[in-house]
Amino acid sequence: MALVRNLRQCIGKLKYRSSITNVQRYRCSTSLNNDENAQKDTQTSLFPGFTDAKYVSKLQITLPEQYEKIPIYRVMNKDGIIEDPSQDPNLSQETVTKMFRDMILLDTMDKILYESQRQGRISFYMTNFGEEAAQIGGAAALSNDDLIYAQYREAGILVWRGFTISQFVNQCFGNAEDEGKGKQMPVHYGSKRLNFVTISSPLGTQTPQAAGAAYALKLQKDNKRCVVTYFGEGASSEGDVHAAFNFSATLGCPLILFCRNNGYAISTPSHEQYKGDGIASRAAGYGIAAIRVDGTDIFAVYNAMKAAKEYVLKNNRPIVFECLAYRIGHHSTSDDSSAYRNTEELNVWNTVEHPINKLKNYMINREWWNEEEEKQFVKSVRKQILSQVNQSEKILKPDYKEMFNDVYYEMPSHLKEQMAELEEHIRDHAHHYPLKNFKG
Amino acid sequence: MMLSKLPFLVKVKNVSSITFARMSSHFTFSPDTVGAQKFQGPREKLNMFQAINKALDQAMEKDKSAIFFGEDVAFGGVFRCSMNLQSKYGSDRVFNTPLCEQGIVGFGIGVANTGATAICEIQFADYIFPAFDQIVNEAAKCRYRSGNLFDAGSLTIRAPCGAVGHGALYHSQSPEGYFAHTPGLRVVVPRGPIQAKGLLLSCIKEKDPCIVLEPKTLYRAAVDEVPVDYFEYPLGKADVVRFGNDITLIGWGTQVHVLQEVAELAKKEHDVNCEVIDLVSILPWDKETVCNSVKKTGRVMIAHEAPKTCGFGAEVAATIQEECFLHLEAPVQRVTGYDTPFPHVFEPFYLPDKYRCLAAVNKLINF
Repeated sequence: MALVRNLRQCIGKLKYRSSITNVQRYRCSTSLNNDENAQKDTQTSLFPGFTDAKYVSKLQITLPEQYEKIPIYRVMNKDGIIEDPSQDPNLSQETVTKMFRDMILLDTMDKILYESQRQGRISFYMTNFGEEAAQIGGAAALSNDDLIYAQYREAGILVWRGFTISQFVNQCFGNAEDEGKGKQMPVHYGSKRLNFVTISSPLGTQTPQAAGAAYALKLQKDNKRCVVTYFGEGASSEGDVHAAFNFSATLGCPLILFCRNNGYAISTPSHEQYKGDGIASRAAGYGIAAIRVDGTDIFAVYNAMKAAKEYVLKNNRPIVFECLAYRIGHHSTSDDSSAYRNTEELNVWNTVEHPINKLKNYMINREWWNEEEEKQFVKSVRKQILSQVNQSEKILKPDYKEMFNDVYYEMPSHLKEQMAELEEHIRDHAHHYPLKNFKG
Repeated sequence: MMLSKLPFLVKVKNVSSITFARMSSHFTFSPDTVGAQKFQGPREKLNMFQAINKALDQAMEKDKSAIFFGEDVAFGGVFRCSMNLQSKYGSDRVFNTPLCEQGIVGFGIGVANTGATAICEIQFADYIFPAFDQIVNEAAKCRYRSGNLFDAGSLTIRAPCGAVGHGALYHSQSPEGYFAHTPGLRVVVPRGPIQAKGLLLSCIKEKDPCIVLEPKTLYRAAVDEVPVDYFEYPLGKADVVRFGNDITLIGWGTQVHVLQEVAELAKKEHDVNCEVIDLVSILPWDKETVCNSVKKTGRVMIAHEAPKTCGFGAEVAATIQEECFLHLEAPVQRVTGYDTPFPHVFEPFYLPDKYRCLAAVNKLINF
């Protein structure tokens, strides 16, 4: 109960869910103990699987409809007005401007790299359109030491933490400047320095890993770091996400389970993904606290993330953070979303419900927004990114022998043999291979 | 899945010694002379589960970041490998997890990502498959895909494997072949207590994710003089456990003991001198020791409990053919489990026992 109260304080509007109210009512009757029926009800179960439940003599089917839906926490409305002043995070103009500019930078980079893929300059890309606030608002409430396990649509966190334009673009080109050494598809970013664990394509796999990392951090002396794992509502159907919820709860991990619920997993709408009250409602079943947030409202995400971090570190327990947004872009450059959704739906999210517009409205209200400055900023960012694309394209790919490195800590003899075999082959057949694009 | 797990333990415990002996009679344990020579110093008589327990104890003593976890490990484990560890190291470092193999390995990868040492147990190798994705797509590829920014090198997975007399489909499997196909992993199989301790300690220290497949039939049946102090058994190196000039026999785990008996019988009955090699490491494996032996003997038989098609014997055979073609006097023979699931009542007919192996030796000698 303390957990629920905590949360209530954090986000103001969370109502007790009916299941919790039942437990509370039952506890009252035990303490009063003056009613015969109540006394009957106080017979508690001895079942080891659930010692805290009461018996009833009438059959009850608990229907999912009986549970009240978890409300969506929002700080600012679509006009950028803060609805309840007590929820104003009171961020400085400097911080808000960085938030806004990072969103713009992400948006601009997405547009250019998306086009680059369309022109065949990079092989693949995934945009972040519509989810900019969910990423950057959360990142702003964390410390850069907090460890991130992302899915793939969280580049905004890296923008916030200072991953450079050249790092993004070099990764997408897989050239010799890419820290990942050209081994993974575009947008599979990683940064040791920024505590952002390298992304992999298999969905959900990062979530139990994040639980393990959070557990290991907890065992470190005076731990102040939490772990945040991001996953879409589609990925949360994977078995690994179940494992992450259950392990982090039973083993007491300071972990934020951040679900980006954007309504779609490629073409599959969320109503084909689950029948319950989204992802946040699953938390209670695992004995985990939960928050549901409007992910187009950067201040709501910021406040909630701040509260979530405080909660997980104070209690060494996880929290489920369901962040609602809308995936405005296609799933990826290999997808045409017009094949499965209509444009009217899209237009609302692309205009009045757009996270960048909302923050812009807030800034206009505060007279923090200067049209001319903004134009200049977008222009300069565009220029930087475009010039980086041209530059990254020209940088050679790593030496082809790099293919054999980092399979193991040290290269075993069989791999050395295979590398020598390839070298010999290339010597004799060099003209069949794109050697001029590679270092060495 | 779990329903079949605990009753199994009870079965092993309650079974009379006569029944137990009959059921595991497909091999006789040979003490480890190679391992005994490799490591000096004081020794203690231990069976394999006790040797593993000592290894875990010494690893956790030495490395304060090391944690050990899995299903039912807190009370000592269903095979007693983690006896007394929780009372010694506390429930933060030795603990039960929920019953979920993909969670166990995923959790272990995350621990390893932070640089801490993660040792986890999968209760039976037969139940490692739910974690296949985490092992193959994640643990094995973590260092590679990140350009060495992150790794899962401090992860070790232990899993009891192999025939046990009555384990049927899901308490008998030898899944080494599946993992041998995965670059980035190290896979080892001990043949007795000395190796079990030394290999486990090597794997825990090794900077690559490792899988230790422990033949469960040896947990109690294999007793040896195990070095008391901390020691490491080399990874990627095979052991020649018997020298001979006529034919090379290759196996790992329990099968090494079968092959040692076969070598004895071949000598006694046919005056054939077999060289017996324990591969020890499945990945990366010791091509050099194997090929040097085959070049000397010109004949080779590979034996393993796992099914034949795409079993690890196929890899060894293909490599021998590539490297030793001019030295071979007969086709490479494989004596393995059949390409069926591992059966219950038919186990005596399924296993590549000493009679099937001896028949293959004769066939090779007379080719």
